[in-house]
Amino acid sequence: MTGWMLDLPLALGLFGAGAATLAARSLFGAVLGFISTGLIATLVWVRLEAPDVALTEAVIGAAATSVIILYVASRIGGGAAAPAPPHIALRILAAILSALLAVLLALALLALPEQAPSLAGPVLERIAPTGLGNPVTAVLMAHRAIDTLLESAVLVFAVFAIWSMAPDRRWGRAPGPAFVAEPHGPLAFLARVLPPIGIVIGIYIAWVGADAPGGKFQGGAVLAAMWVLPWIAGLIAPPSISDMRLRLAIAAGPLVFLMVGLAGFVWAEGFLAYPPGFAKLLILLIETAMTLSVAVAMACMIAGPPERRPQP
Amino acid sequence: MIGTPGGSLLVLAIALPLGATLIAFVLGGQAAARIARASLWLWLALAVAIAAMLIARGEPLTYLLGGFTPPLGIALAADGLASAMLLASAIVLVATGLFGSVAYPAPSWEKGGRAAFAYWCLLPALAASLAVAFLARDLFSLFVALEMLTFTALALACLDGRPSQFKAELRYLLFALLGSVLYLLGCALLYGAYGTLDIGLLAGNTRADAPTRLAGALMTVGLLAKMAVFPLHLWLPPAHAGAPPAGSALLSGLVVKGAFVLLVRLWFWVLPGPPVAGAELLAALGAAAILVGSIVALRQEKLKALIAYSTVAQIGYLFLMFPLLMAGDPDAATRAWMGGMVQAVSHALAKAAMFLAAGLIVQSMGEDRVAGLGGAARAAPLAVLAIGIGGLSLMGVPPSGGFTAKWMLLRASVDTGQWWWSLVILAGGLLTGGYVYRLIAAALAPAAPGVAPRPVPRVQEGAVLVLVLALLSMLLGLLPLSMLGLAQIGQPVIAP
Repeated sequence: MTGWMLDLPLALGLFGAGAATLAARSLFGAVLGFISTGLIATLVWVRLEAPDVALTEAVIGAAATSVIILYVASRIGGGAAAPAPPHIALRILAAILSALLAVLLALALLALPEQAPSLAGPVLERIAPTGLGNPVTAVLMAHRAIDTLLESAVLVFAVFAIWSMAPDRRWGRAPGPAFVAEPHGPLAFLARVLPPIGIVIGIYIAWVGADAPGGKFQGGAVLAAMWVLPWIAGLIAPPSISDMRLRLAIAAGPLVFLMVGLAGFVWAEGFLAYPPGFAKLLILLIETAMTLSVAVAMACMIAGPPERRPQP
Repeated sequence: MIGTPGGSLLVLAIALPLGATLIAFVLGGQAAARIARASLWLWLALAVAIAAMLIARGEPLTYLLGGFTPPLGIALAADGLASAMLLASAIVLVATGLFGSVAYPAPSWEKGGRAAFAYWCLLPALAASLAVAFLARDLFSLFVALEMLTFTALALACLDGRPSQFKAELRYLLFALLGSVLYLLGCALLYGAYGTLDIGLLAGNTRADAPTRLAGALMTVGLLAKMAVFPLHLWLPPAHAGAPPAGSALLSGLVVKGAFVLLVRLWFWVLPGPPVAGAELLAALGAAAILVGSIVALRQEKLKALIAYSTVAQIGYLFLMFPLLMAGDPDAATRAWMGGMVQAVSHALAKAAMFLAAGLIVQSMGEDRVAGLGGAARAAPLAVLAIGIGGLSLMGVPPSGGFTAKWMLLRASVDTGQWWWSLVILAGGLLTGGYVYRLIAAALAPAAPGVAPRPVPRVQEGAVLVLVLALLSMLLGLLPLSMLGLAQIGQPVIAP
């Protein structure tokens, strides 16, 4: 009976954080509001007993996205040169449309069947051949493998889309700006202390995904953060985009996935089918490659288009 | 059985360009260009093979991915709609690929290699995205296809790397992302209501209740934003006109058609009953797009902006088929369906030809104002001819593909007693004639004193290519009806 005592503050907090994001006067204020919205949403997912979604929300929604937005905000001057807000009539119109959508969504949700139709049962019944313990991973790697394959390819698309926005004169250099190292600053200290722990945590999250909440996207994002930290501290430098190893690391995940999928034509029932007995092994192979690719691709997305000279 | 005979072709139509994109990205350099070109030719061969299998079998080809049956798994299927769009996309992509060999010869990591590297990664990436959009039978897989299309379209439009273009593309991105979010919301509601996102399982099993209707409305608005349907069209002209010629050709000819196929699947397979009032609203938006787009095109000062506004108008025609299909007259429904399909294909070919030709003309005249095109017919005769032929197809002059499309829509609108749509079709044809005439008249005018056309490298090669594309859009009207029957395989049956 204490459920509502948890739920009410969470719901109000979510509303409040959203409103604070919208009402913020400075860019950094809005970013802070956005981060708190993501964190509260994570708690909401935990409360809804959806730990997989909660973990993804925390790592991708609250952490990775915030890092990108914060980084962009700092690069365009912390909102000092923020553009003028749109015309008041336009803002009122947007508010009315959003409110209308929210009301309609609420009504539609209330009209949904009381007992929601779900595929959770059939998934659990058929999980044995994959050798996995986490039904979410079974859906992502077996039943709906094509979506996961294509989503991992979208990351590669995103990286070359970002690279292609570089000015011509900076093409072929390393992604992102150069940071000046302060060998004894607090950031450099953090960048030395955190990564050894973070890398273990990232690999663990990716590894445990086979049987418990976790997986390659979440683990990869943590690994990417463990690279970004020392990079911003000026301790390490990214390789140039002309380095084939970098591009291979970015594309390895979808490439391995695609090759295993095509091998299914020969050794299993067909495309994206796993040969009996080898499912878990192949899924682990794909997930390993994907964790690497997600980590490198996300780091590249945060760093942005090539701009600095490659290190001699 | 994991699929029908020929089902593996559907897998290859996705896997081949996807693999080519990844390998081209890793290898870079000349190898990237070679792999991309080869994959596009193979993709065309696959599209032809799929169409041939489809005609031979007379019913859709399907494949169950991983051997899992929906609702647990995901099915691929090629019906007439998918196959026709695949074929048109493959032709346009091969032609654009050949055209781009001149403009983007050598991907490298040196200073001049940026656009070429992006171009040769993007072409097979676009092919893979379109293949998923046309073949997937799962609403969430189709969402992934929309994401893939958004990224490739965005990067194609910014290929020139001009900062001014980034602003237009940012606006496109906002519209596209809003569209994605609305589409995804609709998917979530449908899954909550039915426990599946498989189009085959949803077909005929959806109820006309609040969640389904709201899902339908959200997904429709999202897709309309991506297709730049009036009044959500404002992002399209600057985004398409500012892109390099090869980019504009692909964006206007193909990318908007991806969202169109999704909309057709949603309306005629997923949504319950025939939502006639909604279909009439869609057609009214289409009619407004035809009239407003054409009138604004008439007033454009710049060549590529004019062609971009023409896209806004020509997309409008695709919506006229919605109420005609639902009128309950099977013959008229078949005509409306065919009219919509032929319009989608012929516009893809004609518009790609016109944008590529416009690129050649602007290059050789060194100017993109319509008023300054005097002497273009002498400087780039084949390109001007291609614009003229493509324009005839857009106008709907016999025997072009555009004529077949507009004639079928016209017949269907008269047969179902919805004569007001015929007025729109006729008025649209006249207005199109107006802006095409403006272009041709300007190009045929004598050169202004002191204007000397600049030599364009390998111009002849590019001009022949665009002429072939324009002629294909023309020839579509000469195909015997039995060939067009391809588009009818798997046509939805809508009970009145």
